[in-house]
Amino acid sequence: MKNRITALFQKQNKNILSVFYTGGFPRLNDTIIIAQQLQKSGVEIIEIGIPFSDPVADGPTIQDSNKVALDNGMTLPLLISQIKEIRKTVTLPIILMGYFNPVMQYGVERFVKDASAAGVDGLILPDMPLHEFTEKYKDLFDQYNLSNTFLIAPTTSAERIQQIDHASEGFIYAVAASSTTGARSDFAPEQITYFEKLQNSKLKNPFLIGFGISNRATFSKAAEYGAGAIVGSAFVQLLKTSSDFEKDIPSFVKNIKG
Amino acid sequence: MSNKQNTRFHVNEQGYYGQFGGAYIPEMLYPNVEELRENYLKIIQQPDFKEEFDHLLKTYVGRPTPLYHAKRLSEKFNATVYLKREDLCHTGAHKINNTIGQILLAKRLGKEKIVAETGAGQHGVATATVCALMGMECIVYMGKIDMERQRPNVERMRILGTKVVPALSGSMTLKDATNEAMRHWINNPTDTHYIIGSVVGPHPYPDMVARFQSVISEEMKIQLTEETGNPFPDYVFACVGGGSNAAGAFYHYLHDENVNLVAVEAAGKGVDSGESAATTALGKPGVLHGSKTLLMQTQDGQVVEPYSISAGLDYPGIGPIHAHLFDTGRVKFVSATDDEAMNAGIQLGRLEGIIPAIESAHALAALSQFEFDQDDIVVVNLSGRGDKDLETYIRWGKY
Ligand SMILES: Cc1ncc(COP(=O)(O)O)c(C=O)c1O
Repeated sequence: MKNRITALFQKQNKNILSVFYTGGFPRLNDTIIIAQQLQKSGVEIIEIGIPFSDPVADGPTIQDSNKVALDNGMTLPLLISQIKEIRKTVTLPIILMGYFNPVMQYGVERFVKDASAAGVDGLILPDMPLHEFTEKYKDLFDQYNLSNTFLIAPTTSAERIQQIDHASEGFIYAVAASSTTGARSDFAPEQITYFEKLQNSKLKNPFLIGFGISNRATFSKAAEYGAGAIVGSAFVQLLKTSSDFEKDIPSFVKNIKG
Repeated sequence: MSNKQNTRFHVNEQGYYGQFGGAYIPEMLYPNVEELRENYLKIIQQPDFKEEFDHLLKTYVGRPTPLYHAKRLSEKFNATVYLKREDLCHTGAHKINNTIGQILLAKRLGKEKIVAETGAGQHGVATATVCALMGMECIVYMGKIDMERQRPNVERMRILGTKVVPALSGSMTLKDATNEAMRHWINNPTDTHYIIGSVVGPHPYPDMVARFQSVISEEMKIQLTEETGNPFPDYVFACVGGGSNAAGAFYHYLHDENVNLVAVEAAGKGVDSGESAATTALGKPGVLHGSKTLLMQTQDGQVVEPYSISAGLDYPGIGPIHAHLFDTGRVKFVSATDDEAMNAGIQLGRLEGIIPAIESAHALAALSQFEFDQDDIVVVNLSGRGDKDLETYIRWGKY
């Protein structure tokens, strides 16, 4: 079967909305219904976070969701079994995003195999070194038809952007600001300059802009430069306060996408 | 040092010690860490850097620190015991060797601000001190629990003009303070240098910190030669939190296999009590704070909250160099409980008139686990003094 991420970008290269949430949050089994509601609401990609005790790249909102998920009893094997369940009804591309240590303990090879079998299309492991991926894992990912997405930041050099583009499959995750995750309401001028630089750097992969995307204004601005955007903290915040996912998730998505 | 034998215990070009080390960091930190990696050796090997570093260590820190022949302690353990008096460094611990080095490096990299984490507060104070010295702005993250148990150090940092920010996540100790310092660096990547306080973190930090601390064993060699005619002792003991004082005390002996190197971890209430920080006994290879190392964790890869009465040893990992030294068997790892350390600390006070930091008391506590020959030369690295721990000693009572 064709990788769903590759297939998506072949047919659509604008206004892609990818929504991130933490697996096992706010309640252990909410992972499943949230995915179903996101599909119903018309997002293009679902990104599910693997909870970790020490999420150093995350701001308070996602840190808190990691802690709650772990307190709920979330584990990586359980998350993989939830994804199997999600796959019974959800056809969108699914990405797992997480810190390297839980994956390392599961065993990278076993993880890639099990995630792929459960219906995962791609991985984002922000603290996995680029050279470790290209030297040790790239063939494995290819064998199991999983895409791997690397991050680039405003401080990433032009040379390294090319290296990352070369090693990436699917899309690149352009971090909008030099920051941890967290919702923001607007972009600063230097962020726009950075988006323009990316747009002009002739990457072979499309890029999605993430970190700080929280509303229609930031989404449509990001979508002007990239293939779309990723919303995380703002959505996790909604999940924390919502008492009615079936109503609140579609209206959240509609608010962002228009 | 091109021959293989001599690099066996040092970092390789890729930043690894055997299977441990590396730089497992999100892209937002990559350019900062890369900038350091590209420049640290060049800078610290420049003559003007060395000169300024050595001069400050001498005139400001008070180096060389004495190597003291502890006669009554020697009698007690039936050996010739020397104490390397890092407790006499300005600010009261070895930590300042590293902060002097890093602040000079930060200045040469054109950085304007400093961020640091601290556990016992010794590294925080040492960082606050050098920032005052250099007129740089400083923020220190410290676990809320540690702020309570090391209150005098919090106030010392504040007097020195540093902003102390409580880390409120996780166990609210050193691990969480490190997370917060890294987040701060992610959010302030261009003007800020992160002064890590131990031989932990992504490459090149472990190697850089070990080099700055290696002055400890450099001096030991000279001082032992003066005292005994031989630069090589039979044993060197040091406590290990992240492992910077141990790395410094072992550094120039790593390739002399006749020197027995002993690292002492904090067993807390007992290695198997569930309240411990004895990483080599309880840990497995994992990734935390940017490096692959031994790590206390669940089967699912979640980091376990450590415990020790000593804030400076209350950390769920060890530096990758130590994971490698453990793996290769070059260093023997043992542990001491809270009780054993407190008793050893009080004992040193009674026998030698020196009240050690509770961290250092762990190294002393391990002496009773060994059978020495009378003519064995034993050096204990006394990494810090007990002033900061007075409240803990008082609460402990039993003296
Ligand atoms: C006096 C003293 N010794 C030892 C340590 C532990 O650190 P390391 O293992 O890096 O030497 C600390 C840490 O705060 C300390 O204050």
